[in-house]
Amino acid sequence: MNRPPVPPSPPPVDPAVAPTDVELHGYVDEQLTPERRREVEAWLAHRPAEAERVEAWRAQKRELRALFDPVLDEPVPPALARAARRPARGMLGALVAGIAIAVASGSAGWLLRGSMTPVDRVAAGGEARPDPVDAAAPARPADVDFAERAAVAHAVYTPEVRRPVEVDAAHEDQLVAWLSKRMGAQMKAPHLQAQGYELEGGRLLPGEHGPVAQFMYRDEAGHRLTLYVSNEIAGRGAAASGASAGTQGTGFRFLRADKVNVFYWVDGPFGYAISAEADRGTLARVSDAVYRQMEAP
Amino acid sequence: MFDDAPLLPWVPRLRRYAHALAGSREDADDLVQDTLERAWARAALWRGVVDMRAWLFGIMHNLHVDRLRKGRLATVPIDARTPEEAVAPAQDERLAVRDLQAALDRLPADQREVLLLVALEDMSYADIARTLGIPIGTVMSRLSRGRERLRGLLAEGATAPAGQSGPGAGPRFKVVK
Repeated sequence: MNRPPVPPSPPPVDPAVAPTDVELHGYVDEQLTPERRREVEAWLAHRPAEAERVEAWRAQKRELRALFDPVLDEPVPPALARAARRPARGMLGALVAGIAIAVASGSAGWLLRGSMTPVDRVAAGGEARPDPVDAAAPARPADVDFAERAAVAHAVYTPEVRRPVEVDAAHEDQLVAWLSKRMGAQMKAPHLQAQGYELEGGRLLPGEHGPVAQFMYRDEAGHRLTLYVSNEIAGRGAAASGASAGTQGTGFRFLRADKVNVFYWVDGPFGYAISAEADRGTLARVSDAVYRQMEAP
Repeated sequence: MFDDAPLLPWVPRLRRYAHALAGSREDADDLVQDTLERAWARAALWRGVVDMRAWLFGIMHNLHVDRLRKGRLATVPIDARTPEEAVAPAQDERLAVRDLQAALDRLPADQREVLLLVALEDMSYADIARTLGIPIGTVMSRLSRGRERLRGLLAEGATAPAGQSGPGAGPRFKVVK
């Protein structure tokens, strides 16, 4: 390299070249561009104190690897190997029971053109077809009703131009406080900017037995997405579908109502449904984000 | 090859991270098991998952945070401002502990997670942000505070009366009074 020799300390420092703390970490973690890495390296050559700090961070990484890497070579405990495998058909059957029943009992898409089409996507790579054994189950589960109500609410309110929401996002605090009070449980409006959706606001709607909350979002192109939250599905919905035996909720489920795709799940006392005229990949990403944010402390 | 067990290739790495996070081997393997079960329950989402590693480690993160909140683990999350004496092992017990492990256990849980994802998984900062569901600036501040704190704790350990050993001499032990 053509770098001119640098005089001994204290060396002249071009302030534009002095790395930030973030860059020093990036240097240790090899996340700088090659050019910047060389600059930081040259800068550190004359900064013994900084170089020592950086070396200590490197040593931490090395020692952490030395301490925990041996776990990689241990044989996988049998219980974990089992858990890594696709769940047995019986368990899966229970998970998809709700969907299968909905197919068997016909659809209730009376408000929307076309029929509601619940689709089993519980198993990765699984067929979008219900298990015929489960289809013989007697009752229509409450969580499918719930998902359909969510789809209907989406279809009713998203075309609204002037009053899509009762309380807009500019008053998010009030919105959340109001919905929490009426729902009798702490609500929160997930932030979905990373998924391309901005909060527009929300409204309170009648559910089967009590209030439900609807949050509305829109993307840059103006396409709307709604999150429908109910806390009346607890016990009834999950238990009726047989999906939550011994767990706190169901897996993710999918339902199509005309052009509206709905991803929904039951978690503890809450049912969540995300509706949009978007592809499943988009809905899955949004669902994942909502799920994480609802779980976060 | 892993058609029937698509999560199996992830198990060793999930275990490594869990063992570094959790207090005991039992807790760690429990955490991995719960993570796998939850991943299967959410299998409908796989097709939408861009980064499977971030997704799986994110599930583990959520479960771990849940457990910390419920006090199921022996580790004590502490705030960066908490005086260190307050979280030191009981004064009347003489415990032989591994320097690094002990120092790690004394980091606040959020800093420890970032530090471990960087060190063990070589994750990019952006991937860590996605895994933990936090802004990248928060990743950097936790990493920075975690590394400095760990450095302080290790330096403190190195000057402790017992357990002096040369650098790089493998696992070092010390007595915490």
